[in-house]
Amino acid sequence: MTTTELWCDRCGDPAPAGTAHPGCASARELEPPRYCHRCRRRMKVQVLPVGWSAVCVEHGEIRG
Amino acid sequence: MPEILDQARTQVLGDGVGLDEAGVLAVLNLPDEHLPAALQLAHDVRMRWCGPEVEVEGIVSLKTGGCPEDCHFCSQSGLFTSPVRSVWLDIPSLVEAAKQTAKTGATEFCIVAAVRGPDARLMKQMREGVAAIKAEVDIQVAASLGMLSQEQVDDLVDMGVHRYNHNLETCRSYFPNVVTTHSWEERWETLRMVRDSGMEVCCGGILGLGETVEQRAEFAAQLAELNPHEVPLNFLNPRPGTPLGDRPVVEGKDALRAIAAFRLAMPRTILRYAGGREITLGDLGTRDGLLGGINAVIVGNYLTTLGRPATADLDLLDELKMPVKALSATL
Repeated sequence: MTTTELWCDRCGDPAPAGTAHPGCASARELEPPRYCHRCRRRMKVQVLPVGWSAVCVEHGEIRG
Repeated sequence: MPEILDQARTQVLGDGVGLDEAGVLAVLNLPDEHLPAALQLAHDVRMRWCGPEVEVEGIVSLKTGGCPEDCHFCSQSGLFTSPVRSVWLDIPSLVEAAKQTAKTGATEFCIVAAVRGPDARLMKQMREGVAAIKAEVDIQVAASLGMLSQEQVDDLVDMGVHRYNHNLETCRSYFPNVVTTHSWEERWETLRMVRDSGMEVCCGGILGLGETVEQRAEFAAQLAELNPHEVPLNFLNPRPGTPLGDRPVVEGKDALRAIAAFRLAMPRTILRYAGGREITLGDLGTRDGLLGGINAVIVGNYLTTLGRPATADLDLLDELKMPVKALSATL
């Protein structure tokens, strides 16, 4: 793992283009992210009735 | 008109007596050309025995992931390689979620935990959370915490939880193919205690777990025997890393047939759209189901996946001239 490599935030596999794979991107319309796209760590995700939050221990929180 | 629909018109629409297992199976086996008639009849039954109101609910996960059970559809089991991690929701965030839900016009807010059954920590969190919600938000509180002891049932009643969700998930004959860490009968026992406590019983399941159409009919008949206040109807949304992660989603027409059949089995219950409808039915199918027996929806997001925006469902209800059930009507 390098700091320049990017990961799919749904499946955690490499995504060098910096975006989710096409199939994953489609699924992500109805799912929050599960992996940090910067380091591949599994995030702690809380889904709420409106929105979600995802926390990477290294890279902090994102919300959607 | 197929004979089963003639029978249902007299028996279910006319007399309010639900179809038995054989009748449900006949509806589930109707050819496509008769599906519109089945949906129309189910809608007529819903309108006659339940009325035009739609009950709107929001749900939130109080404790996500790390569950010791092996429900094969569930991404929150700690026994599978699902990417879902364990996380707890704090009380201020729980109250905020209830406020968000109430803003949609919802009258129900269900607090859910991924557990076999609640431990002392979870019951303490529930007691504090329910009290905080009741102090700040005008909404009915329901709960779904797995299998309960009699003492825990009594505690939930004391907290003011008015409805308890515990899904049987599938029919008795297929359940061992879906869950091996506890039995269908253990779930039934919790439901019996909930019923006897005076709390409303919410019990449904998931279609598309690999059950046969005969087992789908068996499930509807077993739910009808339980006679729950509410039946949430989910359609499998295959989750990565779970044993059912590669299963196909239920065909839209089969999902609609099931909606009509379950309504004809249970003319008076609250039949709620729950998870999976977005991928199984899409927008058009969602509308068809609301005109085919459904009279309740979960709005907004689910526990680990996202739903349609609440406004999309509320706009649709407005277009269909289906009023959202008011809080006063549920008290």
